[in-house]
Amino acid sequence: MTTPETNGKYVLEAHNLSIFYGSFKAVTGVNMSVERNKITAIIGPSGCGKSTLLRSFNRMNELFAGTRIEGGIIFEGQNLYTPEIDPVEVRYRIGMVFQKANPFPKSIYENIAWGARIHGYKGNMDELVESSLRQAALWDEVKDKLKQSGLALSGGQQQRLCIARALAVQPEVILMDEPASALDPIATLKIEELMQELKQNYTIVIVTHNMQQAARASDYTAMMMIDDNRAGTVIEFNETNVIFTRPSDKRTEDYVTGRFG
Amino acid sequence: MKANRLAVEGFINDVKGRNRAGVIWHLIFQASTIVGIIALVALLLNIINGAFGYVAFEARVDPASLALDGLPLEDQSKEQLIALLQSNLSSGAFSKLEREQPFDKRSREKLYQQVAERIIKYKVVKVWDLWPSLTQVAQIRATLAQEYPNAQLKFVSWLTNDFITRPQSSEPLTAGARTAILGSLWTILFTILLAFPIGVGAAIYLEEYASDNWLNRLIQTNINNLAGVPSIVYGILGLAIFVRSLERLTSGAVFGLVDPTTANGRTVLSAGLTLGLLVLPIIIINAQEAIRAVPQSLRKASYGVGATKWQTVWSHVLPNAMPGILTGTILAVSRAIGETAPMVVVGASTAISFDPSSPFSKFTTLPIQIYQWTSRPQAEFRSLAAAAILVLLVMLLSLNASAIFLRNRFSRRW
Repeated sequence: MTTPETNGKYVLEAHNLSIFYGSFKAVTGVNMSVERNKITAIIGPSGCGKSTLLRSFNRMNELFAGTRIEGGIIFEGQNLYTPEIDPVEVRYRIGMVFQKANPFPKSIYENIAWGARIHGYKGNMDELVESSLRQAALWDEVKDKLKQSGLALSGGQQQRLCIARALAVQPEVILMDEPASALDPIATLKIEELMQELKQNYTIVIVTHNMQQAARASDYTAMMMIDDNRAGTVIEFNETNVIFTRPSDKRTEDYVTGRFG
Repeated sequence: MKANRLAVEGFINDVKGRNRAGVIWHLIFQASTIVGIIALVALLLNIINGAFGYVAFEARVDPASLALDGLPLEDQSKEQLIALLQSNLSSGAFSKLEREQPFDKRSREKLYQQVAERIIKYKVVKVWDLWPSLTQVAQIRATLAQEYPNAQLKFVSWLTNDFITRPQSSEPLTAGARTAILGSLWTILFTILLAFPIGVGAAIYLEEYASDNWLNRLIQTNINNLAGVPSIVYGILGLAIFVRSLERLTSGAVFGLVDPTTANGRTVLSAGLTLGLLVLPIIIINAQEAIRAVPQSLRKASYGVGATKWQTVWSHVLPNAMPGILTGTILAVSRAIGETAPMVVVGASTAISFDPSSPFSKFTTLPIQIYQWTSRPQAEFRSLAAAAILVLLVMLLSLNASAIFLRNRFSRRW
């Protein structure tokens, strides 16, 4: 992408975004903006299209599910869904961490280095690996076993390895799809602390089932809900403390106070 | 357990009956396994039974009469053996031997073999299988003394080093399987060269690139059906395409490597390509299975760091699918080695005594050789066939062993 850096307040903006699986409209009429160096959470009941929306931010959807969209997503002033945009470049600049930790079946070192190498990184690889692992708060735990398999780590360590892997290609935004849902509370806490560190340098969008997590860790929250046509949409988007203390929508209030969902 | 729980209305709690049914099925499954094992053991015993045993043979010329000044034939020197050959063979036959390989270049053992073959001319008069050879020795000797008083009796293993290294011959005592073994190896080489890259490439395309539309579904269905087409049909296809239509290519005439007046398309290359077509669908299906078994999360991880499709396939999908691809390929190739019918159709020679030396050589393969030997009326050729079957089995087993080895090795890549 050849856009000049706009350095506006918002990194990602969804404009009247609808996402279709074939003829089925899964997400409809989403308007939200992701602020630079903040953590934006997307919450909502199962099947309301949170992950679909998240994956549309780096064009991951179209790879596996065969989706198409209406409306637009503006990334640094440029529409992501125009023909001249290469989705590979989008995913290079907007990294992703998945629900289930998925390290490559390679060594810890290779897990980090591979992404940088395919993008033609010519600097000192050892330093990049170390700094990525340090940023992901994993360096002290793995510095003596960089040659061992990434799959030999514990679940929480694997997830932080995946975060380090995403960081190694220097993305501008990191999308996290329920990154802590398979982890115990201690590992979850580590991931949340890590997110607070990372937001100094990165913009983070996180999908979560865990409302306490959204309340604790995020700056902004988007509340999603299914409408009458079974299409998910953002019913309320505001600062996290507003969503959790004075929501304007009754459904949001019911959901965050645990009355349903 | 005491029946202290009251019967619940509507339930007939017949645990004993259910367990009985389970035991019966258990026994049925066990019996099927045992039948399979018995069949396998019977097969092996049958082959081994034919590959060893007593042989009675007579000599046209008594070796004792060839003794030189009391020196028995076995102890004579190289020069004495050459002289012996010269005096007993016609001059034409002698100079023909000399032309094939000069006598002074031949070892003493080889010369002794020539003397045995051309002067003494041992001739098999009767063979016995392994089982009677072990259990009825006295009876065998009695029969022999009565029917062939001049014959010698010897216990032989038909499967010997010589059997593997000697070329085909019409004389059972000196016939070997080298021509057929080399023919099989040459053929299989071209089978792999054709089928592996194309098969893996097609599997990658179908799994990773092809979209889900009617055309690709049609292709997929056809590949699945092709895997079940009888091999003789592939033989006819190979005959039409490789032997006939592409004759100038498969005979080597295009490259000017062969004598164009005698060249024809019935070559190692044609046979290998035909077998390649035969196993291609199997390799594609096996490779697809292996590629499909690579978890989707791995592809997502790769795309997630901004990799292209090709980088994802090359760095993650293929390395992780490779053990499965290799196993599938080797199993397909072991099927190809044992194929007989298509080889008959594409024109494997049955009686050939020179080794295949290039893609454009005439050839025979082990299964063809076995078939040819078993169809001979003389019992001694059936023993040769049994020995050749053992060779074929060993080749197949070592291929399968290498499949397991490769799978384990590639699974421990990192």
